[in-house]
Amino acid sequence: MTLADALAGITFVALNGYALLGGADFGGGVWDLLARGPRKARQRELIAAAIGPVWEANHVWLILALVLLFTCFPPAFARLGTLLHIPLSLVLIGIVLRGSAFTFWRYGGAGDGGDGDETQRHWGVVFAVASLITPLLLGTAAGAIAAGALGRGEAAREAGAGFVAVYVAPWLTPFTVTIGVFALVAFAFLAAVYLTLEARERDLQEDFRRRALGAGAALFAVALLALLLAHRYAPLVRDGLIVARWAVPLHAATAAAALTALAALWRRRWRLARAAAGAQVSLILWGWALAQYPMLLPPDLTIEEAAAPAVTLRLVLGALGLGAVVLFPSLAYLFRVFKRAEGAARG
Amino acid sequence: MSDLLAARSQMGVSLAFHIVFAVVGIAMPLLMVIAERRWQVTGHAIYLDLAKRWARGTAILFAVGAVSGTVLSFELGLLWPEFMRFAGPIIGMPFSLEGFAFFTEAIFLGVYLYGWDRISPRAHLGAGVAVAVSGAASGVFVVIANAWMNAPAGFTLVAGRVTAVNPLAAMGNAAALSQTIHMTLAAYAATGFAVAGIHAFLLLKDPANAFHRRALEIALLVGAPAAVLQPLSGDLSARHLARHQPLKLAAAEALFRTQQGAPLTLGGWPDVDARETRFAVRVPYALSLLAFHDPHAAVQGLDAAPRDQWPNVPAVHLSFQLMVALGTYLALVALWAGWLAWRKRDLAHHRPLMRALALATPMGFVAVEAGWLVTELGRQPWVIYGVMRTADAVTPMPGLIVPFLAFTLLYCFLGVIVSWLLYRQILRSPALPEWRGFYMPRRAE
Repeated sequence: MTLADALAGITFVALNGYALLGGADFGGGVWDLLARGPRKARQRELIAAAIGPVWEANHVWLILALVLLFTCFPPAFARLGTLLHIPLSLVLIGIVLRGSAFTFWRYGGAGDGGDGDETQRHWGVVFAVASLITPLLLGTAAGAIAAGALGRGEAAREAGAGFVAVYVAPWLTPFTVTIGVFALVAFAFLAAVYLTLEARERDLQEDFRRRALGAGAALFAVALLALLLAHRYAPLVRDGLIVARWAVPLHAATAAAALTALAALWRRRWRLARAAAGAQVSLILWGWALAQYPMLLPPDLTIEEAAAPAVTLRLVLGALGLGAVVLFPSLAYLFRVFKRAEGAARG
Repeated sequence: MSDLLAARSQMGVSLAFHIVFAVVGIAMPLLMVIAERRWQVTGHAIYLDLAKRWARGTAILFAVGAVSGTVLSFELGLLWPEFMRFAGPIIGMPFSLEGFAFFTEAIFLGVYLYGWDRISPRAHLGAGVAVAVSGAASGVFVVIANAWMNAPAGFTLVAGRVTAVNPLAAMGNAAALSQTIHMTLAAYAATGFAVAGIHAFLLLKDPANAFHRRALEIALLVGAPAAVLQPLSGDLSARHLARHQPLKLAAAEALFRTQQGAPLTLGGWPDVDARETRFAVRVPYALSLLAFHDPHAAVQGLDAAPRDQWPNVPAVHLSFQLMVALGTYLALVALWAGWLAWRKRDLAHHRPLMRALALATPMGFVAVEAGWLVTELGRQPWVIYGVMRTADAVTPMPGLIVPFLAFTLLYCFLGVIVSWLLYRQILRSPALPEWRGFYMPRRAE
């Protein structure tokens, strides 16, 4: 493994962190939008209370991945920014609306629980809708990378093709949209699983248990559809996922994690369900990464080609080491303060 | 509107919007921490109320700052892919460090805002200190990267190709020290005076209100020293410019002709075609004195470079004049307040001072925007001074006016909402303390 591989791996770890934590915050927004039944208001309160202390920190995983990408692999960053300009701009609008609406909703009210706070619910709606659209577009962008669409876009641009052929067609295919839906369902699944642990009352736990089971089943269906579509639209990923040496053990592990998550939910083993669901989503992400290795942006830009000079990589690695010394204890502290009490009570 | 102009406008709007929230995110935690510390030392509940109210406002502003900062980091690639392809390996390092600083800030802000009842008072204060320190650090790292664009270092260009990359030398660029000091002081001065101004305005109606009196003290404690130090740091910046970016200084001073014993130009309108500045007041020798600490030193004028390398002279000159004028006003008010405090006068009952402070409320932020315009517009037509032109850095994507308009509308909308929410917060402020239910108002118990 080269230095560039190591940094690509760390960048992907940051992305994985964003999917598990930031992704679940998006999923929370989805369940806010879909809140229903007699406990509608309490579901929303639970979601907001779970997200409140941690969402800013969860969001920074994305920034970290982005910063590592442009420092260590600038040509990849330049190509992503150019060819995925439209979906990424829409993602940004979603991120801005989601983050600010959540804060306006929670902090902007009179704070006394009176009538004034009712108007604040509009912000809750903006927060929820933005939480729905952003993962969809993020997933679509990821699907475009996996499908090798950026290579096609780059070729079309060099050939002087029209606007749609360069800036729209590569990322807007049935496969990429399916990956967008997959990301959305995966985030919703994670959020529902985590919320079973956050809930203090039995009936709320049951609400989110049902949602988690439903989302878990939907995830299977969407994954199947994505695999079928990959046959036509993303042969590179499909081949990687089928023929590689590690493919069978990886699929076995992913399937085991997925089944464990559902079984644990069924038997109300919340902590086990959380661990298994996190493992499942992470394994899917790493399956994608391994399938396209050593490409950073398939089909032509490899990790080595995109890498910055070795001196930059070494310094960034050093900075990551130093940063980790500050970061991980701080993160552990954050989650210990806000997530332990609930977990211990229900575990 | 050309795509280049649209891209520059979108970046400009995004930065102009973000810088306000970034500045608040740097300085506001310090005010909160001072208030909380005073509560712990004195036991006066009013300080706790103050810390909590400030924290509530900070939560809104920090969140908007975090998301608008995310937009900027994406926009580097969405709008300036060629710049990032070139600069990423050289100057990505401070961005990585900023990533960690921002991470720490976000983590401890979460602990601070939601942890009042969950951790010990000492740990809570510690979280506040961590927010204040990492907020200042992340500002410093970002400004170091911007300074590199003004004073590129840490690489060699051989036939258009970058070699001998040295990210540490890039971070230690010639502009880094003066720019980071100037921006950090600006953050404390602008925020301190904005908070002091709001409370001074409310004290004009009710000078005995203990809540506003304590708030004013803390805000001035942070804002006034920074405002007094800022002209000194400005002097450092001007002397750096005279040596490393003479055209930016020439544009800021509207100095068309290279000359010895150059005068300081106050006000006026630079007529670029006629190469003279009309209606200006000139202080003989003063520019040479300020730039080189020598009244007879030669100062480079715009004529030292061909016209196509000039920045927009009227815009840079007027922004610079505005920044200096507002900064001077803040420094003078700070000295006045300091003098009165030293004479043991009751500041809150001193109506002229309260009026002067209330008037100053927006000034620090306007000065920050103006100063930022000087440094960014003054660097044009370069994105990396002397190395890469902005026109060569822009994305090939056409139709950039669409995202420019979309983000401008989004930010106008957010700006109105944030102003309205803060206005409501301020209106609600005095009277009775309400400790409970501050943060998660309708949280299920």
